[in-house]
Amino acid sequence: MTSPKSAAKPAAKKRFDTEKIVLGLAAPVLAVLLSVVICAVLLAVSGKEPFKAFDVMFSYGTASDGQVLTLNRATVYYLAGAAAAFAFRMNLFNIGVDGQYKLGVLFAAFVGSQVDLPAVLQVPLLLVTAMLVGGMWASIAGLLKVYRGVSEVISTIMLNAIATAVVGLLLVPGVFAPDKGTATNAIQTDPISASSHFFTIETAGGTLWGFVVIAILVGVLFQFTLSRTRFGFDLRATGRSESAATASGVNVKRMVITSMVVSGGIAGLIGLPELMTSSYYFGQNIQPGLGFIGISVALLGRNSPIGIAFSALLFAFLDVAGTQLPLQGGYPQEIVNVMQGTIVICVVVAYELVRRYGLKRQQQKVGAELAAQAAAAKKEVAA
Amino acid sequence: MRRSMKLAAVVLSGSLGIASLAACGAKSTDSNTTSPAAGASGIKVGMAYDIGGRGDQSFNDSAARGLDKAKADLGVQVTEAEAKTGEAEADKETRLKSLVTSGYNPVIAVGFVYQAAVEKVAKENPNVKFAIIDSGSSTQPSNVTSLTFSEQEGSYLAGVAAASKSTAKHIGFIGGVQSELIKKFEAGYVAGAKSVTPDIKIETTYLTTPPDFSGFNDPGKGKDAAQGQLDKGADVIYSAAGSSGNGAIEAVFNAKKWAIGVDSDQAAQPALAKYKDRILTSMVKNVDTAVFSYIDSVKKGTPITGAKNFDLKEKGVSLATTGGFISDIQKKLDDATTAITSGATKIPTTTS
Repeated sequence: MTSPKSAAKPAAKKRFDTEKIVLGLAAPVLAVLLSVVICAVLLAVSGKEPFKAFDVMFSYGTASDGQVLTLNRATVYYLAGAAAAFAFRMNLFNIGVDGQYKLGVLFAAFVGSQVDLPAVLQVPLLLVTAMLVGGMWASIAGLLKVYRGVSEVISTIMLNAIATAVVGLLLVPGVFAPDKGTATNAIQTDPISASSHFFTIETAGGTLWGFVVIAILVGVLFQFTLSRTRFGFDLRATGRSESAATASGVNVKRMVITSMVVSGGIAGLIGLPELMTSSYYFGQNIQPGLGFIGISVALLGRNSPIGIAFSALLFAFLDVAGTQLPLQGGYPQEIVNVMQGTIVICVVVAYELVRRYGLKRQQQKVGAELAAQAAAAKKEVAA
Repeated sequence: MRRSMKLAAVVLSGSLGIASLAACGAKSTDSNTTSPAAGASGIKVGMAYDIGGRGDQSFNDSAARGLDKAKADLGVQVTEAEAKTGEAEADKETRLKSLVTSGYNPVIAVGFVYQAAVEKVAKENPNVKFAIIDSGSSTQPSNVTSLTFSEQEGSYLAGVAAASKSTAKHIGFIGGVQSELIKKFEAGYVAGAKSVTPDIKIETTYLTTPPDFSGFNDPGKGKDAAQGQLDKGADVIYSAAGSSGNGAIEAVFNAKKWAIGVDSDQAAQPALAKYKDRILTSMVKNVDTAVFSYIDSVKKGTPITGAKNFDLKEKGVSLATTGGFISDIQKKLDDATTAITSGATKIPTTTS
């Protein structure tokens, strides 16, 4: 954005900045409003009163227990969003977050059930285990891309399926699950040792997971790495244009592998809040699909650590409040999925519209400035 | 980039603000005026279904029939909610807790996926009675009743029927999710089929592996799997896959082979009526009986407690005879039944 020198420049620049923020916020807000309207219409068409549904969701979301659940859920979604966003910033589509976190949490659960160190060592051990496993699983896709030219979209999707199969293979009695020989149909690892439990904060609305601190830490580190380090600069440069980055001396191959590993490492953390503060074991009812939620969250949050925080809170709120819909008024819970889906679609469209609008504004402004300058020059000549 | 750091600080303090808000806000249950007309018979049953919920023509519908019967015969009030594919453990807990706080007692959880959630919520609410279908554990508190079934016994009979009807000596099994529960179905089926034709070829497909439970709720996957087995030459296919089985039945119907349904008498399900000529039989799991007798026992003040298993002997599992396609092999089935109930035939619960 090299605008020609003119007296009007500082004022114009400042105005453009506030405009930029407004434009940046306009897209997600528009998307959310649009999806609310679509859902209201859907509910109305299916013969249900839509405003009561929103009221049910809102009143649960503002109650203290709903808020605690929302924050806990948002912690998980934030990590998922950050994992996806880190690779997105590098123009890598890590669709494999889903498999990476499942394996990460499975191994962390297994290590936690087998090892019993003091908490000071045990908690970091589990964190590192999960991140290592997630990172290593993601590195397969990175290596394949660099050395064999396999698109990471394809390889990570396939690795998801393989990861699920690996979980199925390992989570059987006698391997990672204890061989109890009981009649229970729920199969799970042994519970992790008490020293592996992460701290929690008791509030009036229930137990707030201490993992929210880790999520915030990840967000801060994410921002710091991207904006303050050489690595982050290289990463953004490669994301913008690979050839330009190569020309300026960035080792793109290494960047691809490193960022896949970092993305996978963050992904490894996704399952830990549930494991270390709530269920304490890896069972068959671990929540699947978090990786895909992470992609939506990252998309809505524009891959920025702050944006992701907001979108994670929004998605968490929708999911948590959605559980009340069938219980209060018999609304279908699926309406929440519809809402999340439409938000994502709308936001993509809205971002593009806003981007074009911004571009047009910018062109107009530059054009106007140039015209003014030319006019001024003409005047000078004439004088 | 200074600005973004500042913004980050704002977000941080903002989220902490929400946290502190959470600490002082009112709980959602505070404002809950006690639910609609707690009169009538005084018993309010809360039912939490597994994935698929009412309308899966199979497992959940069987439980729903029990609930409907209780509503009609015993005059109990009911509320229902169902699980969503890919939901978090916390969602299950919230569902059960919400039922409890709205005054529902007993609360019935349909499906083993609820085990951990039921245990947790039951411990917090010792005065509320819970029942869980298809699961039990040694650590569950005394206010939880387990209602389980001997699926392997019914599946054994299904295996006998399949092997007797297969002209190609080649049959198939489709499991919804590769879980311990469904492995019991497979084990019984395989044992039953081999008791008739020892060298029979059996195709086995599981649609998904835990923690992905979508295999219980994806007719498309069921159809594909059935088509694959048909292409390999199987001519009788037994699917234990919840509503995914509907897809399998459709594929089998189109190929004019035999399908074996599960959990409900699927040939008698209105939604599957057009395929009923190709549904050989169904391995009926009488979840409805279990649900009804549990509610009945609670109403009478003598609730079933502990673990209650419904086996072949007490008609917890059985083969459906709708359509009369298995009447010609009824003798064989009766013999197998006698062998099982007398204890002469021991049926494995795992294939390996």
